Amino acid sequence: MADPMRIRAQVAGDKATVRVLMSHEMETGQRKDSAGKTIPAWYISEVSATHNGKTVMTSEWGPAVSKNPFMQFNIKGAKAGDKVAVTWVDNKGDKRTDEATVS
Amino acid sequence: MKHVSIVGAAALALCAGAQAQKSAADGIAEYRKMLEDGNPAELFEAKGEALWKQKRGPKNASLEQCDLGKGPGIVKGAFVELPRYFADTKKVQDLESRLVTCMEALQGFNGVEIAKTAFGRGEMANVTALATWIAGESRGMRFNLPQNHPEEQKSYEIGKRTFFYRAGPYDFSCAGCHGEDGKRIRMQDLPNLTKNPGDGIGFAAWPAYRVSNGQMWSMQLRLNDCYRQQRFPYPGFGSEVTIALGTYMGVNAKGAESIAPAIKR
Repeated sequence: MADPMRIRAQVAGDKATVRVLMSHEMETGQRKDSAGKTIPAWYISEVSATHNGKTVMTSEWGPAVSKNPFMQFNIKGAKAGDKVAVTWVDNKGDKRTDEATVS
Repeated sequence: MKHVSIVGAAALALCAGAQAQKSAADGIAEYRKMLEDGNPAELFEAKGEALWKQKRGPKNASLEQCDLGKGPGIVKGAFVELPRYFADTKKVQDLESRLVTCMEALQGFNGVEIAKTAFGRGEMANVTALATWIAGESRGMRFNLPQNHPEEQKSYEIGKRTFFYRAGPYDFSCAGCHGEDGKRIRMQDLPNLTKNPGDGIGFAAWPAYRVSNGQMWSMQLRLNDCYRQQRFPYPGFGSEVTIALGTYMGVNAKGAESIAPAIKR
């Protein structure tokens, strides 16, 4: 199973800044291993975020994103105590959801 | 008159050169600053903390009773006092070799097998994650390695001699690159490790996450790579010589603030 994400969400004015670190290999499918065989592509293909259960952001990702990616976005109108959940799905169908409380 | 103006032009050109050099180093510092906010080392810290508390290995035990030098289970502040002498193993040990001792004694793992495992694989990856978390628990604290035991003094002396030992096809030593102020390789400033290089530099920055290859690097792996760059044979994991180099750098860095786990290019 995939390792947990690190999510920090902090209120700044009328919005909350959410910072997410994901643990993922993000293999492009372009590299070869020491035996010369292509390492199969393995990357996060979809990322979405919810604010108190309501989807506020969806995105499609590809192999160009770095290993262990970092993502930052703002949620308008989020307040301290609100729940922010982030979900990713990779091209192998593995998925992971983690939740954080806005502070 | 003519002479004066030529000298003036040369001085100007020198100034411009110095400025360009400065801004390259500044550029790297700025890049690191930008990356710091999302340092993936945090992911390894989280993994290390979970591993510390998890019951694992043939004995199905956690590492919570592991003595890192400040008593069983005390993690905070342990990193800035390592390597140090341990009475139970009768050896000076660094963080990673000490962790392997604990994994052997408490959890029943085979320490020799772990030491032979490649970096980033199997239990070795777990040792690195544990070291990352333990280092992070001493973030902001200052290095203060003990030097009271004769073995600790001996380790420092071995480290010092190793640091200045020239060998290999290029006749390199650690001191060749890290023995003077103001040296650099390409755009990377090289810390002078024969003295305190300052807060968060050199010994005070590792373990660190390398952005260029997406790997978490422990001090043992960092030293391994120094050996590779000198075209020396790879040293054994947790060998006396690597620990001695750690003691040498750690004692020299006395009073420097630890920023480990850091983020590197």
